[in-house]
Amino acid sequence: MKIIVCLKQVPKRDLALRLNEAGTWIAEADLSWEINEPDAYALEEALRLKERLGGEVIVCSLGPARVEQALREALAKGADRALHLLDPAFEGLDAFNTARVLAEALRRESFDLILTGLQSDDHGYAQTGVILAELLGLPHATIVMQIEVLDGRLKVKRELEAGWFQWVELPLPALLTIQSGINQPRYATLKGIMGAKKKEIRRLALADLGLSAQELRNKQELMRVFFPTKAKRTEFLEGTPEEIAARLVEKLRYEAKVL
Amino acid sequence: MKIFVLAEHRDGKLNRATWEVIVAGQHLAAHLKGSVSAVLLGRDIRGLAEELAAKRLHEVLVVEDERLAEYTPDGYTAALIEVIRQEAPAFVLMSHTYQARDFAPKLAAALGKALISDCLGYRVDDGTVIYTRPIFQGKIHADVRFADDPPYLVTFQAGAFRADEIEAASEPVPIRAIPIDLSPVPIRTRPLEVFREAKQAVDLSSAERIVAVGRGIKSEENLALIRQLAEALNAEIGASRPVCDSGWLPMDRQIGSSGQTVSPKLYLAIGISGAIQHVVGMKGSRTIVAINKDPEAPIFDIADYGIVGDLFEIVPALIKALKQLRE
Repeated sequence: MKIIVCLKQVPKRDLALRLNEAGTWIAEADLSWEINEPDAYALEEALRLKERLGGEVIVCSLGPARVEQALREALAKGADRALHLLDPAFEGLDAFNTARVLAEALRRESFDLILTGLQSDDHGYAQTGVILAELLGLPHATIVMQIEVLDGRLKVKRELEAGWFQWVELPLPALLTIQSGINQPRYATLKGIMGAKKKEIRRLALADLGLSAQELRNKQELMRVFFPTKAKRTEFLEGTPEEIAARLVEKLRYEAKVL
Repeated sequence: MKIFVLAEHRDGKLNRATWEVIVAGQHLAAHLKGSVSAVLLGRDIRGLAEELAAKRLHEVLVVEDERLAEYTPDGYTAALIEVIRQEAPAFVLMSHTYQARDFAPKLAAALGKALISDCLGYRVDDGTVIYTRPIFQGKIHADVRFADDPPYLVTFQAGAFRADEIEAASEPVPIRAIPIDLSPVPIRTRPLEVFREAKQAVDLSSAERIVAVGRGIKSEENLALIRQLAEALNAEIGASRPVCDSGWLPMDRQIGSSGQTVSPKLYLAIGISGAIQHVVGMKGSRTIVAINKDPEAPIFDIADYGIVGDLFEIVPALIKALKQLRE
């Protein structure tokens, strides 16, 4: 089975973020980066399918030069080769155009299955995978928690809301968006890291994909970003741990009246 | 200006989020001097249409077809493309549910249009609608607008509008069937049974006090600390998704969009950053206490009492203070 995994590199979770001076995006300098969490689960799922069924895992990412690090990590974990969609024209694309570029790159590959995370930690559109499926004419299922491969078909467990699930069958080739928690992602081994150095990362730019910057005009415009104003007035308790604990107990007892 | 709201339903019941989006539509209609209509897809849905028709809407549009008996992305997309082609709405509003997330991007792509997803609200600035949506797990918000022609597809986050603000109609509004032939549409996915993983052993929704733990706890062994705190508070233990994903606590302890929705008198969020998926499940709690090392963590946006610090120092001190209170 030939599987493509689309993954995104995002700032590490729990980093304190700052905005850029223009207030149009975060300040990206000095950040550390990682593979978007649901995408890491998608990669693991692809590697497990390959181990079970044979085949090839190709990872694909759109983003600036730093993204190579995320692709190397995926190769070190066991992906066979990588596509890096790299062009200044790809910066700041919306979900539709990101999917558009991915679609053009993946059209040139033959594949049975595309996996990607259900959404990214940064923009959080929860759209790119589904749009990609539509542009490639593939059936899809989202928020997947289990995959069974049948004869030319898949049976997948979709997560619904409030603890409900649903099994869905769909024909191959198909695209699935993967929910965090579907598996336990592996760590790269030293051998894997060494081996990854020899694996291919093919760079594809705008012209390689037969696209023009004109075609990639965003359909939605990000105007500004800002820190949200608080919905509630939070009272921050300070001091030594003992002082904080004593004050909290007092507050909960006499102010909130919950103790 | 026509504003359409897609009604979502399962097992013969309208999703509560539908009422919230109708409220969004009613507000938007007031701002833009437009009309709001509900769109309902399915089979044997007359009762649901009548329920919708009791609200102040222009009309309720119904597409009934065997192929819409169960939700599929292919069926819903094909039906909505045709509704949009025939009726030419300027806006199609939906709730950012798991179902909308499954088909709305496909619908947008099939139309060659943008979808602005997961919106918290909107404002009208000089005739342009500007939407606010969370990015970076809610740590930051973004203002976004359409840079294209209608129809404008928008999903709103659960809780973005208040369902109880819905305006009722003085008399039932018209229900109109839209004839669409879906027989040539290939439905590629086959929906099978809907089920719950296991009986929900723990019902957190009736708990008076909840101590909820997140990623910040770092390891399974450290949960002992949380158990001691829960015991000292006589509270139930809940968790954010990553803790359950790691298998440190069972899934039935999970609070948030994919787990339980709770509204206890006291909610202690320990080492939980406050990603939206978690917050939607607990923001109705009466008193919220957050302990987190990151002062920017979004959980502090909804906390009544905030403690910025190391939970491994704060929690033991808190357990001690609570024990002293008991004695």
